[in-house]
Amino acid sequence: MNPTISRRSFLKITGLTIGVSLTPFGYNVMNSSAQKEGAFKPNAWFEITPDNLVTVTVPGSEMGQGIRTALPMMVADELEADWKKVRILQAPAADPFKNPLMGAQVTVASAATRGFYEPLRKAGAAGRVMLVKAAAQTWKVPEEECTAFNGTVKHKKSNRSLTYGKLCQKAATLELPKDPPLKQESEFRYMGKSMPRVDIPEKVAGKAVFGLDVNVPDMLYAVLARPPAYGAKPLSFDQNAAEKIKGVRKVAPSPNGIAVCAESLDAAWKGREALQVKWDRGSHPDMNNDFVEKNLIESLDKPGAVATNVGDVKKALGEAAKKLEATYYVPAVAHTTMEPMNCTAHVQNDRCDVWVPTQAQTGTQMVASQLSGLPPAKVHVHTTLLGCGLGRRGSQGRDYVIDAVAASKAVGKPVKVVWSREEDIKNGFLRAAYGQRISAGLDTQGQVTAWSHKVACTSISKFANPAAIKNGIDIYCLWGIYDLPTNPQLSHTVYEFPNFYVEQVLSDLPIPVCPWRSVTNAQNAFVVESFMDELAHAAGKDPLEFRMHLLGNRMRVRRVLQTVAEKAGWGKPVPKGKGRGIAQHSCFGGFLAYVADVSVNEKDGTIKVDRIVAAVDIGPVVNPNPVLAQVEGGIIEGVSTTLKEQVEFANGGVKSANFDDYKILRMSEIPEIEIHLVKSNEKIGGIGEPGVPPTAPAIANAVFNATGARIRRLPLTPEIVLAAIRSK
Amino acid sequence: MISLNVNGKSYKIDVSDDVPLLWVLRDYLKLTGAKFGCGIGECGACTVHINGKAERSCTIPVGKAQGKKITTIEGLPENHPVKRAWIEEQVVQCGYCQPGIMMQVASLLSESRNPNPEKIIGAMDDVICRCGTHPRIKKGIRKAVQLMRKEGN
Repeated sequence: MNPTISRRSFLKITGLTIGVSLTPFGYNVMNSSAQKEGAFKPNAWFEITPDNLVTVTVPGSEMGQGIRTALPMMVADELEADWKKVRILQAPAADPFKNPLMGAQVTVASAATRGFYEPLRKAGAAGRVMLVKAAAQTWKVPEEECTAFNGTVKHKKSNRSLTYGKLCQKAATLELPKDPPLKQESEFRYMGKSMPRVDIPEKVAGKAVFGLDVNVPDMLYAVLARPPAYGAKPLSFDQNAAEKIKGVRKVAPSPNGIAVCAESLDAAWKGREALQVKWDRGSHPDMNNDFVEKNLIESLDKPGAVATNVGDVKKALGEAAKKLEATYYVPAVAHTTMEPMNCTAHVQNDRCDVWVPTQAQTGTQMVASQLSGLPPAKVHVHTTLLGCGLGRRGSQGRDYVIDAVAASKAVGKPVKVVWSREEDIKNGFLRAAYGQRISAGLDTQGQVTAWSHKVACTSISKFANPAAIKNGIDIYCLWGIYDLPTNPQLSHTVYEFPNFYVEQVLSDLPIPVCPWRSVTNAQNAFVVESFMDELAHAAGKDPLEFRMHLLGNRMRVRRVLQTVAEKAGWGKPVPKGKGRGIAQHSCFGGFLAYVADVSVNEKDGTIKVDRIVAAVDIGPVVNPNPVLAQVEGGIIEGVSTTLKEQVEFANGGVKSANFDDYKILRMSEIPEIEIHLVKSNEKIGGIGEPGVPPTAPAIANAVFNATGARIRRLPLTPEIVLAAIRSK
Repeated sequence: MISLNVNGKSYKIDVSDDVPLLWVLRDYLKLTGAKFGCGIGECGACTVHINGKAERSCTIPVGKAQGKKITTIEGLPENHPVKRAWIEEQVVQCGYCQPGIMMQVASLLSESRNPNPEKIIGAMDDVICRCGTHPRIKKGIRKAVQLMRKEGN
């Protein structure tokens, strides 16, 4: 399977082409075979050609989650195609490739597989029906006597068969069936079985092309001198000195700093060094770690905007037999995708080409269009493989596209912009820091009568989608705490309280934030599920039983909790010095519950996460092995952010710089992981992100179980753990 | 002029001797298998073999690599046990760090055909994977050890 990023292959109309396009009411499946070359619109989802190949166009971005395999599996299964004959093409940026769930061509919100599950299966099924019909007409036999099997149509009675390659051109002349029947699960050939990922062999060979590996003839390299503090402007720089460096072609101001364009990366870096930029102190010169934490915690005492107000929380809290209040803090963390940000662009008079590892084709096309002055249709986005995405390469991630388009415009040549790891950490978007306070009331039976929740953070929608902020509420910051019931993208607020109040204060801190694998669910799940544990203990109840009681008929959540409890030996005693904690969180249609086992060294405060047991319900599972890999990865990133990660601020900017001072989890710290997929025929859910959120609260609850110390702040560093143990 | 021996081939390159080996491999020789991850030798994405040992090509000036035998992921044979094990165990997610990780493992296994868990963790603590493929890296190493034993190489 060799993906290509050329558009030329779309122009051959040689076989049966089934397309899917997004409409305001959903999607349409269509027979696109007959479109003329000149009028061709790239709405092909798959094409069957006389050489027996089935070419599937993959609309989204491959970042290791396996959609270059899972999406073609859906088509191939319903089409009854021979998997060995399936090839893929990476889609260009164009309207028909928008994700039906998202309304944009993006690979975010764990929406690739679940968004295309129905349309792609329908498209595949339509193709199968047409091929069978073409065979029946060829043989002049009833359609019912013909069956499609592994790339051929057979007529058993006469022992005849024809390959899809032979049938495709005739099938292309037939009308699309109105409602082609989908297979039953028992008939699945590929779906539900672990198919090897098609992108792995080229990655193992070292031949896979990521953004940083793009090589365009006559290309220059550019690096930017970027502000060391938020809002800092250059006071002076030595353009001459930089341009004197051998190989430097041009120094050009850029929206995100000062670009040095050169014949090699080395020359660009040396040129940047020679610039000797002097910056002013920026908008918040005194901002450091304490400043950020203080701002968010103090914001909790300021009036905010009310997101929801059910019943009478004040009254219920006043009447509660027991009242609990706690304040939590979650610091900012960085994405540090292993492939640092980069982009290659070539702006010409009549077209702009962008080669980029992006999760957001629509956004890339938009921003390149604005900056180049060319209409979106003249901006050609070539999506490469992504060296991890984690949300940094999503809709907000337009900064590196801006860098490359601006630099190419300035020098009139193709330019590859490369970010160093230091730029990646210091100048990137981060996972938002949060201050949160919850007050809750319990009655004499230990039932929760009121839940009052106040949230302080910077807006996640401010940069890419400011219209999403309504009346002071950025709903995207509240995922997992409170969701608008009308928004299908959001998570599921699972607990229902008779009196429920959520208030939000949007902080004016200058730190740019964007989704970080689960958007804001991970931060919020840590707070909600830790506090749930606090309430259970205050009520004198087992944390699992306490949750079950609040869950009513939320069967999918109940089932994963029950499963994980059974598998992990919940309720059985744990040895001294060890602890066991439970947590659940659902988002993006995935329902997950974890039990964490930890060892705590009370002398030095170190925590070792020994084991995490997970129960996962995402409904139908298309490709099980990559699903397990996503949960493993979610857990490991979850452990990393729980134990270690925290971006340090100083002098109005980011102080953390590279992996020597921004530490992430390494091999010796990896827990045993045990994952149980709960069989389910419910609606299909996503799994790219939901693996992260339950991790932190399960671990923190286990630390409480081991030590009796409640830690309300991430990361659980030895200092924080020791302080909590001492103050209990 | 810099002379390099990479994957059994000799190259003459017009580049300053202080440029890190990584960028010469990637941008001059177009061997993009070795990746840029940190530039300070902390993450291991740039790992190549120099005279058979795993080294961080992002911190080695190309001048210092002259006269030595350099092997990149592209030069590791296709049927190398580590490459086959990585496919069989489906180790890879985004795959960006994996060439470096595989070179780290190949070097480890060339020193010790059956490293104990401490040795494995010691070597693998020196590299970073952001996707969280660690459990599968362990499986991949076990598989590669098995393949080597079975085939007696």
